[in-house]
Amino acid sequence: MSANYEVREHDVLIIGAGGAGLRAAIEALAQGASVGVVCKSLLGKAHTVMAEGGIAAAMANVDPADNWKTHFRDTMRGGKLLNNWRMAQLHAQEAPDRVRELEQWGALFDRTESGAILQRAFGGHTFKRLCHVGDRTGLELIRTLQDRGVQQGLDCYMECTVTRLLMDNGRFAGAFAYWRENGRFIVFKAKAVVIATGGIGKAWTVTSNSWEYTGDGMALAYDAGAELMDMEFVQFHPTGMVWPPGVQGILVTEAVRGEGGILRNKLGERFMEKYDPKRMELSTRDVVARSIYTEVREGRGTEHGGAYLDISQKPAEYVKKKLPSMYHQFKELADVDITREPMEVGPTCHYVMGGIRVEAETGQSTVPGIFAAGEAAAGLHGANRLGGNSLSDLLVFGRRAGLAAAAHAKKTSFAPLESLQMQDAEKELLAAFANTGESPYAIHRDLQTVMQSLVGIYRTADDLERAMTELQMLKARAAAGSVEGSRLFNPGWHLSQDLKSMLLISEAVAKCAMARTESRGAHSRIDYPNLDEAWGRQHNIIVKDGGAMVRRELPIPPLPEDLKEILAQE
Amino acid sequence: METETTAETVLRVYRGDASGGATVDYQVPVAPGMVVLDALHYIQGHIAPDLAVRWNCKAGKCGSCSAEVNGRPRLTCKTRMDDLPKDKPITVMPLKSFPTIKDLVTDVSWNYRVNKKIPPFQPRRGVEWKITQLDVDRVQEFRKCIECFLCQNVCHVLRDHDKKEQFAGPRFFVRVAGLEMHPLDGADRVPLLKEELGIGLCNITKCCTEVCPEEIHITDNAIIPLKERVVDRFYDPLTMLFRKMRGPGEK
Repeated sequence: MSANYEVREHDVLIIGAGGAGLRAAIEALAQGASVGVVCKSLLGKAHTVMAEGGIAAAMANVDPADNWKTHFRDTMRGGKLLNNWRMAQLHAQEAPDRVRELEQWGALFDRTESGAILQRAFGGHTFKRLCHVGDRTGLELIRTLQDRGVQQGLDCYMECTVTRLLMDNGRFAGAFAYWRENGRFIVFKAKAVVIATGGIGKAWTVTSNSWEYTGDGMALAYDAGAELMDMEFVQFHPTGMVWPPGVQGILVTEAVRGEGGILRNKLGERFMEKYDPKRMELSTRDVVARSIYTEVREGRGTEHGGAYLDISQKPAEYVKKKLPSMYHQFKELADVDITREPMEVGPTCHYVMGGIRVEAETGQSTVPGIFAAGEAAAGLHGANRLGGNSLSDLLVFGRRAGLAAAAHAKKTSFAPLESLQMQDAEKELLAAFANTGESPYAIHRDLQTVMQSLVGIYRTADDLERAMTELQMLKARAAAGSVEGSRLFNPGWHLSQDLKSMLLISEAVAKCAMARTESRGAHSRIDYPNLDEAWGRQHNIIVKDGGAMVRRELPIPPLPEDLKEILAQE
Repeated sequence: METETTAETVLRVYRGDASGGATVDYQVPVAPGMVVLDALHYIQGHIAPDLAVRWNCKAGKCGSCSAEVNGRPRLTCKTRMDDLPKDKPITVMPLKSFPTIKDLVTDVSWNYRVNKKIPPFQPRRGVEWKITQLDVDRVQEFRKCIECFLCQNVCHVLRDHDKKEQFAGPRFFVRVAGLEMHPLDGADRVPLLKEELGIGLCNITKCCTEVCPEEIHITDNAIIPLKERVVDRFYDPLTMLFRKMRGPGEK
């Protein structure tokens, strides 16, 4: 059977071509590994291009008092101490080197007067810390990594979707995938895999995420036996566009607030004074998102159900220079000139802090040979991610995962591919063509409604219970769902596959959210509004056990004395 | 999209593959502020789930959703329905300069092959990593490119004469400009521009500049200065004599 498939061999297979995947590829290539990068879109289109505000790194170019310890403390406090502290430490220590490296590969950042990399203020960061290029930092980052990787000789399999990891008695062996263009199958034989597929934002209606963010990598790892961690922590970015309807959810960068943007309700009140008088608009994302949500719910929202975000007090030229894509986005899509009038904004699903449980040093999951980095991995951000910490996460842990995957490949041989698994993967992919059920688009819309209304910013046991029931019904509908047309570039068929990952990971989110009977960071339970000390000492773990999804708790290892001291400082 | 419906319109979309095809009319509800990509998504979601469309960010930042709307190359995520004439169908066709894979999806892999030919950034030896904002600003224009390939699509050297083997197209002159004008770069791409990338074939009709969604002055700020570098190097008798005497120096 396998004779019928196109087969490719690589030491290291990387799934996902955003910042984490590409940084991992570059590092594995530098170690002499042969590297294949598989991505669902064209190279250079991954969601990293949407990152706007900047890369957090304590370079101390603008605020000389900044250092890794402060960055570590900010990250831990922002994450409500649920972070993997070792990851938070490595991240804070290594981020500046990763930024300098980007510059040496050709990235051009905005500059200070003295010619160093400029840094801007962002929510939850004590100092001006975000290295940036106007409001299109992600594009600069991805182009730099993309060109570096291509020149080093990575093989990129564009518009190709992995649907299953192939295993050999608990050992990673390869991956089964299809080409989106023609629907043909391809099998990858590899010694190690780095999962860098991003998050699950497309399971919500109002989201800043593109069609790609369907939790694929988490589902692949879960099915292969790896553990997922803290899936209940889903970040709603406080500021997405709310009007007109077609643009609802599109991101409005936190850099607007970083550059001095002010939030007001319809009465003109600067409401952050009530919720976080010290940090105001630059409070952490969980706090700002809840504040806007509360203002709207209590009847003080704007015409289209959001808050006003105003940067028009700054000189027009400054706004156009520092926030060029925001200026164009509002002008072209909403007929709003942000240099003269306020934007209307509201929370939008943006990021998941939870993901594949990994070792801090290597990014290896609980299954040997399976690594993860970036949004697909859990740990660094704890219960809430600070803006700017995502791009630095990609660089620091992308590099570490690539390095460790290459080292793993060096000491391993290829595992045999089992034809039964491949046949099964093929059968699963083709099943929808023979079905007569609904279109996957209808099922996807309903999934989004369930997650938006029942597993959103504020949660209750009743809602989560209902969500679990609804998800089971959606799963049954998805299993019977049908696909029209041929295997040639067929988005309906592609969605029917992505839908399986979305449903699985949505279930993990709901299950963890139900279990965590407290409010912490991005997880807010109306029925348990306070922090619970016991829950502060443990993670939620999700694992596949005998075909069923099982949840358990995992104690957080105690903080070493030196880090404890850093945390205790003001 | 299902709510706030105010009117309906007809989208006339190309359906077909490498072997040919034809346009098909779809009735689509129009909501305030709706863009053409929303309408295409409506068709996928409610009428034709196999309609092939590329898209990612839906915010004009990734350059995936390029198509020809009413004959004009556009990003469909930034093309507002209310900016188009309401009394006739809106036609949406795939980019003409690239082979059609299916419906609105074209084979743009040639662009990725061209890109591989361009030597990357190479810092000059012993360089200090200090740069002025002025120098950054000048180059940033080129680095804004989102690779939507609309410029490649309208360039007549590629569109009408199909000289893909001799000519790299405006996108890659923008890329080279971004590298050549990087304040710390030390690589030499001038012979490459002349020979492999075929910059001489461009006769400055500025079609590329007109369609650029990032408003990059492709012709004036990228192509013409690069052409000048080629001319200075290869065709200026004084420089040629001077170079012969001194050998190639710093750019």
